[in-house]
Amino acid sequence: MNKVVATAGEAIHDIHDGAVIMLGGFGLCGIPENCIAALVKKAVKNLTCISNNAGVDDFGIGLMLQQKQVKKMISSYVGENAEFERQLLSGELEVELIPQGTLASRCMAAGYGMPAVFTPAGVGTEVADGKEVRNFNGKDYLLEYAFEADFAIVKAWKGDTQGNLIYKETARNFNPMMAMAGRITIAEVEELVPAGALAPDHIHTPGIYVHRIFQGAAYEKRIEQRTTRKKKS
Amino acid sequence: MALSKEQIAKRIARELRDGYYVNLGIGIPTLVANYIPEEINVVLQSENGLLGMGPFPFEGEEDPDLINAGKQTITTVPGSVFFDSAMSFGMIRAGKVNLTVLGAMEVSEKGDIANWKIPGKMVKGMGGAMDLVASAKNIIVAMMHSNPKGESKLLPACTLPLTGVGCVKKIVSDLAVLDITPGGFKLLERAPGVSVDEIKAKTAGKLIIEGDIPEMTF
Repeated sequence: MNKVVATAGEAIHDIHDGAVIMLGGFGLCGIPENCIAALVKKAVKNLTCISNNAGVDDFGIGLMLQQKQVKKMISSYVGENAEFERQLLSGELEVELIPQGTLASRCMAAGYGMPAVFTPAGVGTEVADGKEVRNFNGKDYLLEYAFEADFAIVKAWKGDTQGNLIYKETARNFNPMMAMAGRITIAEVEELVPAGALAPDHIHTPGIYVHRIFQGAAYEKRIEQRTTRKKKS
Repeated sequence: MALSKEQIAKRIARELRDGYYVNLGIGIPTLVANYIPEEINVVLQSENGLLGMGPFPFEGEEDPDLINAGKQTITTVPGSVFFDSAMSFGMIRAGKVNLTVLGAMEVSEKGDIANWKIPGKMVKGMGGAMDLVASAKNIIVAMMHSNPKGESKLLPACTLPLTGVGCVKKIVSDLAVLDITPGGFKLLERAPGVSVDEIKAKTAGKLIIEGDIPEMTF
């Protein structure tokens, strides 16, 4: 079973106008850089993007926003993007802001084959508007539905030809549960190895969830907030 | 004198206990990590998927794959562990995190908090704040007592869209330490040189003052 495709372009060839896509990453950490570049090149439009953030003006999903490829964003935090804010306030872009844990849980529910989950996040706030509230053991919870995404695009550190994935450090974030949640899941990896080269005990995402995999090129891995301390002399 | 941001963080650090798992929000709460007493062991949780957050890296040692929830480059400490976002909020929802410290635009005398949206002006999103406040057993808010216009941020009821309802347990502001009690904001301590009258004047919500209110010492 070989899931390897040659390029990002081939991996995303059938992502169509109006598709619902999930994109892994937290800020600019662990984002599928190669596939985003390919989507910009393909100029596919009217996308609904489910992603924790919306990138920055000139990187990540921000590149797709510049080309006005995104119809709707479903995110938890979108604070670092001036073009995003402009499109939002002008009404060009539809935005659904949801709690970060709810975002993760709605991906998780999809990957685990559960139609919905209950979470206390957002009870008593405008996030609860129109949602079913259930009380369990004296506490209120909101009913939140599993996402339905045509494609999930994730970034992993290492992957094998069968689609098994290993993530690195905090670049893991939303990638594993999004990988499980797409009808078609595309994984780009820094290092693609033959099946059998990864220790089965170390694999984070089993390849059964992954449909296409390729080794990405020229990762920029831009740092959003470079914070350091000085060495004591 | 009102407390500096560093002093607010220092005062909050005194609420930490040995063995606590703690989530620190962006801004003043992040500074709390600089004042953890040496004799206790506290594990910092970062909701993007890390337990055991360490200090900022030395110059030249930044790792783009290793950031905190504020997207800052960080390091890990021995015993640290990475996990995905679903598990991260799983441990938050399940009440495993002992203390959450976060900032706020407004807090009500009933413990409601607003910190994610100013309609028509600022729409950045709630990030993980709604999940944290809905489930944390103990929530301390670190904030200025008044907004830049000089209006009290401690209100009878929040005017901004809520982040959570009846969840805040304690506030450490630049002027005072207050508990949220069924009767309102209970004044516990005041900043050095700040009078009870000044705190009274700058607290719009119901303020409970019982006996002498001690001054904080640093």
